[in-house]
Amino acid sequence: MKHTAMKAFYPFAFAFILLSQAGPALAEHKPAASIPTADLMQPADLAANLESASAPKPLILHVGFRKLYTQAHIPDSEYVGAAGKDAGLQLLRKRVAKLTKDTAIVIYCGCCPWSDCPNIAAAYDALHALGFTQVKVLYIAHNFGDNWVNLGYPVVKGR
Amino acid sequence: MMAGVRVILVALCLATPTLSIASSPSFASDGTLRVAPDFTRTDLKGKTLSLRSYRGKLVLLNFWATWCGPCLSEMPRFAAWQNTYGAAGLQIVGVSMDDDAAPVKRVYAKYHLNYPVVMGDAQLGESFGGVLGLPLIYLIDPDGRVVGRYQGEADLKQLESQIKSMLRRS
Repeated sequence: MKHTAMKAFYPFAFAFILLSQAGPALAEHKPAASIPTADLMQPADLAANLESASAPKPLILHVGFRKLYTQAHIPDSEYVGAAGKDAGLQLLRKRVAKLTKDTAIVIYCGCCPWSDCPNIAAAYDALHALGFTQVKVLYIAHNFGDNWVNLGYPVVKGR
Repeated sequence: MMAGVRVILVALCLATPTLSIASSPSFASDGTLRVAPDFTRTDLKGKTLSLRSYRGKLVLLNFWATWCGPCLSEMPRFAAWQNTYGAAGLQIVGVSMDDDAAPVKRVYAKYHLNYPVVMGDAQLGESFGGVLGLPLIYLIDPDGRVVGRYQGEADLKQLESQIKSMLRRS
């Protein structure tokens, strides 16, 4: 009897071991496809906004990885942190804590192909959960190099 | 007189750049990388790794990170290739763009990687023309010339064919 009960416990123990091995680095991420199309912004549109002297400027936040941001990022964009991790999300919440909910915010990452980005949907969801109503997500199909830098849009380097 | 000529000849020799691939400009006029820039880093096992020390081998340089899903799906294949083609002259080198080494070490163990992995940084990325998205792979011939660049999830079948073809030639 005792032996049978132990046998029934094995699958749960096995599943627990598997899950605990995965660790935070391999956690499932929410796909970028979950972001409504209406809230996406094309790189060309943001580049035009940056060029325009009269257009109101949104707050541009980078929610990806530091080493990529340091190599090249959008002028005046602020590095927040990788929103796919709890630490990055906390930094994002802290950064926007004192802003009014109708602040125009553009978030971007560009670390990986759109469907594989671990950060962008998490950042979008967090801002929405906080009540922000003017959030746009820069649609970077492949990566920041291909879809921004190589198209000749403005970049700056450094931390 | 002869001594003077000798001095001039020695000076000329010293001033003339050595005729090697390494002396060529790294980037072509269209911005593509021609020669892989050398770098020296300590790998995850604590050994010093210099890219230049792999001259004579075909090098697959893989920029990756633990947060990059496509990178992780490629890596078991790279480990298999290192087993299959290592003796024929293939050397895979991983460069992680993670912010810290702890998750990289976990993935290294989990995936049983059999090739060296070093931690990259922005400076190293810039020396390769910018690592502005992952995965990114460079194929570097035995003379240090860049013969392939694969941005994004690579067509591994095509890449393997190219590797086999290059190994046959070398």
